[in-house]
Amino acid sequence: MDDTAMEMAPETKQAAPEVAPKISARNVEVFYGDTQAIKGVSLEIPEKQVTALIGPSGCGKSTFLRCINRMNDVIEGCRVTGDIILDGQNILDPDVDVVFLRARVGMVFQRPNPFPKSIYDNVAYGPRIHKITSSKSELDGIVEHSLKQAGLFDEVSDRLDGPGTGLSGGQQQRLCIARAVAVQPEVILMDEPCSALDPIATARIEELIDEMRENYTIVMVTHSMQQAARVSQRTAFFHLGDLVEQGETTKIFTKPEDERTASYITGRIG
Amino acid sequence: MAGEHIVRSFDEDLGKLDNLIVEMGGLAEMQLAQAIEALVRRDVTLAEAVAAGDARIDALEREVDAFTVEVLARRQPMAADLRLVISALKAANDLERIGDLSRNICKRTMALARAPAMGSAMNTVARMAGLVQEMIRNVLDAYIERDVQMANDVWARDEEVDQLHTSLFRELLTYMMEDPRNITACTHLLFIAKNVERMGDHVTNIAEYIRMMVLGEAHDEMRPKDDQSSLTVVSPDAITDSQNTESA
Repeated sequence: MDDTAMEMAPETKQAAPEVAPKISARNVEVFYGDTQAIKGVSLEIPEKQVTALIGPSGCGKSTFLRCINRMNDVIEGCRVTGDIILDGQNILDPDVDVVFLRARVGMVFQRPNPFPKSIYDNVAYGPRIHKITSSKSELDGIVEHSLKQAGLFDEVSDRLDGPGTGLSGGQQQRLCIARAVAVQPEVILMDEPCSALDPIATARIEELIDEMRENYTIVMVTHSMQQAARVSQRTAFFHLGDLVEQGETTKIFTKPEDERTASYITGRIG
Repeated sequence: MAGEHIVRSFDEDLGKLDNLIVEMGGLAEMQLAQAIEALVRRDVTLAEAVAAGDARIDALEREVDAFTVEVLARRQPMAADLRLVISALKAANDLERIGDLSRNICKRTMALARAPAMGSAMNTVARMAGLVQEMIRNVLDAYIERDVQMANDVWARDEEVDQLHTSLFRELLTYMMEDPRNITACTHLLFIAKNVERMGDHVTNIAEYIRMMVLGEAHDEMRPKDDQSSLTVVSPDAITDSQNTESA
C-alpha cells in the first residue's frame, strides 16, 4: 500500500491479519460510467479464513467481491483501477487469463443456479471444460469428492443422473458449491449464499463454510450480521463505496471503532 | 451511542432495562439507609420491616434476568447494545447482593438490641454506610448518564471505605479485649462492617461494568484496596500498656 492510499483511508489502518494475506487489494476503485461505486479500498484477505463483507445495499460490497474474479469485466462501462494481488500476481492486469483466474477463484451466487443438467454433469462441467481430466473414473472421483465436500453426496448418491434443478433450494446451493470446488479453486467468493434459503438450509451452508475454510480462502457478502458474526473470522464494513472499518469479527461486533459501523450493526439511524 | 434504533421498540426495551436497574439501585440504597437507621436506633420493628423489604429487590433481579434473556433472544444486540444488556444483567446481580447484605445487617440488629450499646463503633459503621450509600447513588447516576469519569471516581472512593473498615476492626478488637461482655455486640458489628465493606466492592463492580458498557474496555489497573483487616493483629499488651500510660 502506498502512502497516499494510507492517507486517503486512515480509518482502515487497523491491525493487519496475523496470517499472510492470500489476497491484497490496494486502492481499488470501481466506476460504472461516471458513477464511482468503490473509493480507494485497500483490504488484505488472509488465507484459509472466512472474510465477511457487510454494509447497506449499494455500499459497494458486492462490487468489490466481483472484482476478485473479474466478474465486473462483463458489465459494460465498468472500469476498475488499483491492484488486487493474488499470490503475488495482480489479477487486474489485462494480460491475466480470466478463464483460468475464475477456476482459481470460484463463485457462489445469491440464488442457487444449477445448470439444467444432471447433478453429475453440473459438477463435472468445470473439470471438463478446464480439461482437468479425461478419464471417466477420475471424473467420477472428482464428482463424488466435490459432492462430499459440499455435504451433499449422501443425499443424492442414488440419483446423480437426476436433474440438478429437481433438488431443494438448500441442496441446489450445495450443488453450486460442489460445482465451484470441483475445479479445485483456492478462493471461493460467496454473494449472499443463504439469502434464498430457510434457516435449516442456512445452518447447513454455514456448517459447510466452517469446514471449507480448512482448504479454501472464503470471501462472503452477507446482509445478515448474525451470519457474518457466526461464520467469519474477519469482517469488513462498507458504506457508500468506502471501506469504513475492517478487523477481527469479534472486535467489529463487540467494539466497533467507527460510529458508522456501530450505527449499522446495532440497527440505528446513522 | 448517538442515534436511535430504526426499530423503536428496541430503544424502549433498553430503556426498560435502565429503569429496572435504577429502581433496584434506589431500593438497595434505601434499604441500606434504613438498615443503618434501625441499627443506630436499636429499632427491631424497623429492622424487621427492612429485612422483609429485600424481597422486592430479589423480585426485580428476577425480572432483569428474564427480560435480559428475552432481549438477547429477540433483538440479538450487537456492539454497544450487547455490552449494555450484559452490564444490566451483571449490575442487577451486584445490586441484589447489596440487598442481601442489608437484610443481614437487619438480622444482626435484632440480636444487637439485646446486647450492650457500642456507641462510638456504631458511629463509625454509620459513617462507612453513609459513604457506601453515596457511592450507590453516584454509580447509578454514572450508569444512567453513561459517565465513565463519574464511575471512575466512585471506583476510587472505595479505598476510603476499606480504610474505615480496617480502623473499625482494630477498634472493635480493642473493646473485646477490654471487656469480654462486649464480644457478642462487637462480633455482630464486625460482620455488619464487613457487610458494608462488601457493598462497596459491589459498587466498584458496577463502576467497572459502566466502563465496559461505554468504552468497551476493562479497567487496566488494579483498584486501590486498603482493607488491612485481614492482616490486623491487636496485642493485649498494647491495650494494657496504653491503659497504664493513661493512668500514669
